[in-house]
Amino acid sequence: MSIRVEQVTKRFGAFTALDRLTVEAKGGELLALLGPSGSGKTTLLRIIAGLEHADEGVVRYEEEDVTGTHPRQRGVGFVFQHYALFRHMTVFDNIGFGMRIRKESRQVITQRVRELLHLVRLEGLENRFPAQLSGGQRQRVALARALAVQPKVLLLDEPFGALDAKVRQELRQWLRQLHDEVPITTIFVTHDQEEAFEVADRVVVMKSGRIEQVGSPQEVFDHPANPFVMDFLGHVNVFHGRVHDGKMVAGGIEFNAPENSANAPNATAYVRPHDVDLTRIPESTESIRVKILQINPAGAVARVRCYSEEFGITLQIDLSRDRYLALKPVAGEELFASPRHARIFSPKEDYSI
Amino acid sequence: MSSAISSPPSGSLKKRRVLPGLGLSLGYSITVLTLLLFIPLAACFAKAATLTPSQFWAAAWSERAQSAYFVTFFCSLIAAIIDSIIGVILAWVLVRYQFFGKRFIDSLIDLPFALPTAVAGLVYANMYAEHGWFGKWLVPWGIHVAFTKLGIILVLVFVGLPFVVRTVQPLLETLDDDLEDAAELLGATRWQTLSMVIFPAIQPALLTGFALTFARAIGEFGSVIFISGNLQYKTEIAPYLIVSRLEEYAYAEATAVAVVLIVISLILLVIINGLERWNRRYD
Repeated sequence: MSIRVEQVTKRFGAFTALDRLTVEAKGGELLALLGPSGSGKTTLLRIIAGLEHADEGVVRYEEEDVTGTHPRQRGVGFVFQHYALFRHMTVFDNIGFGMRIRKESRQVITQRVRELLHLVRLEGLENRFPAQLSGGQRQRVALARALAVQPKVLLLDEPFGALDAKVRQELRQWLRQLHDEVPITTIFVTHDQEEAFEVADRVVVMKSGRIEQVGSPQEVFDHPANPFVMDFLGHVNVFHGRVHDGKMVAGGIEFNAPENSANAPNATAYVRPHDVDLTRIPESTESIRVKILQINPAGAVARVRCYSEEFGITLQIDLSRDRYLALKPVAGEELFASPRHARIFSPKEDYSI
Repeated sequence: MSSAISSPPSGSLKKRRVLPGLGLSLGYSITVLTLLLFIPLAACFAKAATLTPSQFWAAAWSERAQSAYFVTFFCSLIAAIIDSIIGVILAWVLVRYQFFGKRFIDSLIDLPFALPTAVAGLVYANMYAEHGWFGKWLVPWGIHVAFTKLGIILVLVFVGLPFVVRTVQPLLETLDDDLEDAAELLGATRWQTLSMVIFPAIQPALLTGFALTFARAIGEFGSVIFISGNLQYKTEIAPYLIVSRLEEYAYAEATAVAVVLIVISLILLVIINGLERWNRRYD
């Protein structure tokens, strides 16, 4: 079932949480709402669930207008950040709660709870109470409880936000796998871009109650629509300069800027840390002389922080392990940094870094 | 000057806690409990033991005494039930809603603790007497409050009011709003959410509040004697019976009644405590 939110506005007093926002989740899709805190993503999710009412606008499930429909009647499965499990009930009773409300027979409930326990890989824990489970297990119980009533839509509000890094990683992959097995339309909220990219079919990047960009993880990462998205999706190095004849000139270096046809006196080039190479001798005239400040080689890439006197900025460079071992830079050394790829934005966007 | 401060043994294998002195604090607790509770209780039992079994039986289980126990436990039970209902609603209102004067009402709840209960008894007796503010409307309808069990229940409700509110309130405050949303999204009506999710969550605290109210009501004396009229076989409570025995200089007989009161109260409190523990089994 597809979900459409049309021109939805929500205000809390003087604060506008959502500003004439329109977004669609296609049937069977796994959509991520990604944005910093205060961007309105949770409010949007709660409006879709019916827990919050939009001041203006319409929410549609398929073609049906559900704006005024009570959450009880919407057939929504909702997973909360802090699980919201009923702590006086066992895992079994938590998962079976929705079915008990629907007056299903004991047999049907037992059967379905068993299936769900298998699905969320918690067999044998049905008689535990939530207090006796780990965070990851609790969240899986919460998910099973939401799925028990066979919802048409699954909504997850920062579902892994309260878990530690390793469990979060596991549950992400597991959620993706689960969605492939049980392909119901799923919308989940996160502020973690990695999580959004890893799990979602499409990503909606939000800021201040508006949508900045919608697209597949690849589209959004490779072609960020504006400086906000670029910056939000990871660390960037920023160069200020001007665009002239399809080239961006910043100090002594030039970037090709084929997308920016118009000349602009002020432009900004954004370079990802992994798009910068580091060499002992200047590769070309585009190379920037830098002084190494700090190196952190523990990780998949070696993170190097260095300072450019010419631009007066600190650069972040990610070197592959091979490159790092070949180069073996040391702190205090002077090397040359060469940006290989940059995204260039003219300053018409109301954005400052 | 002698050094009274010694450093903790460094090579000790015992698990060290931030606050030292389990032995000291336990010993202190037991000493205090002994002085305040065990010795007076023992004295009470010792005094009652000066009676022969038949004397004891005659004093503790006379028809008048039986009636007094009944009045005491019956009225206390009803009052504790009423307080539980009122208390939960009050706590709910105080936690969930914002309104003008909330803080004032919140502090008013504790007033029955501070007020001499005799004052409450006198005021209630006056208001519900035949020509009192409420009495003049109720008595023509045949509703007699003063000098009846209804009056006793009423003052006991007043005296025990703070207990349930103060035990349930903190629990409601920490109850996650998401629980209600979760229940609703799973299809529960307001009533189902209340009875299946919220009520079970506050039940242990409610039971504690109930037990405290009940215990307080059993021992209540000051307020009851003014409104009940202390009519034998009708509105005489066990504590009053004890006092009247004392006035007759029948000390041993008085303690015999007290012993029965203590034993029944203790059994009831143990049962309630057990229920409460069972209710918290999920923690």
